[in-house]
Amino acid sequence: MKRTRKKTMSKTIVNVILAFICLIWLIPTAGLLVSSFRPAVDILQTGWWTVFPHRDYVTQSTITLPKETDLRQPIEVNGEVFDDDQLRIGVTAQDGSRLIWENRRARTIQVQQPDWKVNSNFTLDNYNGVLTGKTFEIMQSDGTVRAQKGEGLSKAFLNTLVVTIPATIIPILIATFAAYAFAWLRFPLRRSMFVAVIMMLVVPLQVALIPILKDYTALGLNGSYLGIWIAHTGFGLPLTIYFMYTFISQLPKDLFESAFMDGASNFTIFTRLILPLSVPAIASIGIFQFLWVWNDYLVSLVFIGSQPDVQVMSMRIAAMVGSRGSDWHLLTAAAFVSMLMPLTVFFALQKYFVRGLLGGSVKG
Amino acid sequence: MLASTPKTSKSRNVAVTLAVVLVNAIIHSGIYLFLRDTNLPSVLYALLAIIWGVLGVYSIYWSFNWAVEQYSDIWKRRIQPFIFVGPAALLLGWLLLIPTLRTLYMSLMDAGTEKFVGLSNYAAIFTNRLLLTALRNNLIWVAFGATACIILGLLIAVLADRSSFEKLAKGIIFMPMAISFVAAGVIWKFIYFYKPGDEQIGLLNAIVVAFGGEAQAFTSMLQPWNNLFLVAILIWMQTGFAMVLFSAALKGVPEDMLEAARIDGAGEIRIFRSIIIPAISGTILSVSTTIVVFTLKIFDVVMVMTGGQYDTEVVATQFYRQFFMYRNAGYGATLAIVLLIAVIPVIIINLRQFRKQGGF
Repeated sequence: MKRTRKKTMSKTIVNVILAFICLIWLIPTAGLLVSSFRPAVDILQTGWWTVFPHRDYVTQSTITLPKETDLRQPIEVNGEVFDDDQLRIGVTAQDGSRLIWENRRARTIQVQQPDWKVNSNFTLDNYNGVLTGKTFEIMQSDGTVRAQKGEGLSKAFLNTLVVTIPATIIPILIATFAAYAFAWLRFPLRRSMFVAVIMMLVVPLQVALIPILKDYTALGLNGSYLGIWIAHTGFGLPLTIYFMYTFISQLPKDLFESAFMDGASNFTIFTRLILPLSVPAIASIGIFQFLWVWNDYLVSLVFIGSQPDVQVMSMRIAAMVGSRGSDWHLLTAAAFVSMLMPLTVFFALQKYFVRGLLGGSVKG
Repeated sequence: MLASTPKTSKSRNVAVTLAVVLVNAIIHSGIYLFLRDTNLPSVLYALLAIIWGVLGVYSIYWSFNWAVEQYSDIWKRRIQPFIFVGPAALLLGWLLLIPTLRTLYMSLMDAGTEKFVGLSNYAAIFTNRLLLTALRNNLIWVAFGATACIILGLLIAVLADRSSFEKLAKGIIFMPMAISFVAAGVIWKFIYFYKPGDEQIGLLNAIVVAFGGEAQAFTSMLQPWNNLFLVAILIWMQTGFAMVLFSAALKGVPEDMLEAARIDGAGEIRIFRSIIIPAISGTILSVSTTIVVFTLKIFDVVMVMTGGQYDTEVVATQFYRQFFMYRNAGYGATLAIVLLIAVIPVIIINLRQFRKQGGF
């Protein structure tokens, strides 16, 4: 009896600690999601957490002072005296209410009382702003309207797809052919070639960037889709070969032998037997490669450079962070657009993704 | 096939092979040039590019294999493995092996890669203040970032194993793995955002102000602690990776062993130390290896968050800067080689591990 109570106790403690950690892990992304739907003015003035009920000053009434009030002199409001600076940041009157300028020129003052409040303005404008290249008018905090050209991220989204889909499928195809050869065919240098693959698992790709860039410049591949596919294929191959090798080498041998007896060629065995049997492995490593290419920044930065036609999303967003560091309404929406695809893939295929991690736990 | 004399079949084979190579070269360079110069609507273009990219590679394998199938059996058996493994070998050679050697060579040359300067780039790197800062910061990243990922990953895996919402918790912790570093940069820039005054829109400063503190510019002014605020991002993103692998390893620890220890009266901490840790030591090693290698190469976080300013430069960002901004290929190459040297112990551990697992 005592023991079971102790057990429930410790289980509760475990649950509470874990829930707390999960909350911390979730907050950054949740904050981004909430912010991306808030109007630009709101984002710049209040934190995203104010969309939850919180105590804040809420305007109860406004007082209009006489037009001729001199702002450089002490100002009398409801029998009390304040100066201009106090009213600018807000000052507490004797009855507990807060006084703050609503419009200094019109000489109106807001009388505020603390109360429960929810900032529940939500908008899709931010997403419109980043997805299309149209010009938008944005109401700023001082009431003026500013015209702003949208980011046109949809083109970059398409580019990212064109880069990512082949850069996921091609290395897996090449790696599966190679893994089949390593596992089931006999040829000279097989062993040393495979050890070289294992070693390349951990070679930092920075080591390879400069020479490849030189070759690309000579071949005219810079800034082309083909160039970036080849680069991602090369960098993804070691892990993919290693992963596919461990899977394919564990397939039962008699399977191929009977096929061989029936006169099937290696190519037929590969396409009719190996590929269909490897689907689970291909799925898991495929998700891994997909996320890696989709999220890549360095490789694109080096091989695509400043070619605007082929720029991928990570480059566009990084450029926005640099040039529009405080345009949070655009940054948050853009970041979420770029997360949409990987998060969908992640949640839909989480099971396979985890299996992919367990297969080859070293990524170069 | 048997009927034809060896001589005629040999010349026929050469002709077939040449034809296949030629047809492949013409078709693919033709498509490449067409796609490069065409002005198709972007969706159609994207579709064509994807189809070509994927089918193109398959058709190359298929056509070369078809050519080899025309050979006599003995030659077929000799050449066919190379059709299968060849493209991978060529790509790896071109994109990883040869570049590594070229970079090594370049690291011994001057800025414009024209004059041989021996080891002076290496000497310069270990005396230049900026580059030393980069090396120091990489150490900070590995010491704090990798360690925290491993410890937290293990802790969360153990907790999740005993909790009532294991799947959900693991999904949440794991999720940042799917987010790009650039997007994560935006997320965390917003958390660390600083503006003068009391009304803060960045979460961390809002908390600091709420507890009566003064708002800080976390990623810029607080040197060298600002590096740790960047490291926190890596921890947020990579802990899930460690957790998943540890979690799988924990499930593999035999239940009766734990039960026996409990009956003998061992406490949970004792069980953890003397049974669980030894049982999953292999996984701990491989996870540590991966995370350390990954952390050594860290680039995107720093690039997006600070651009390497405020003494947050790491080796990979310095490498990028030296090569692309200062046009000093010698220094850039040397930095890359320093990174490579740093991962050599990891390569050795990996090869050993692989041999132990009975591969080959």
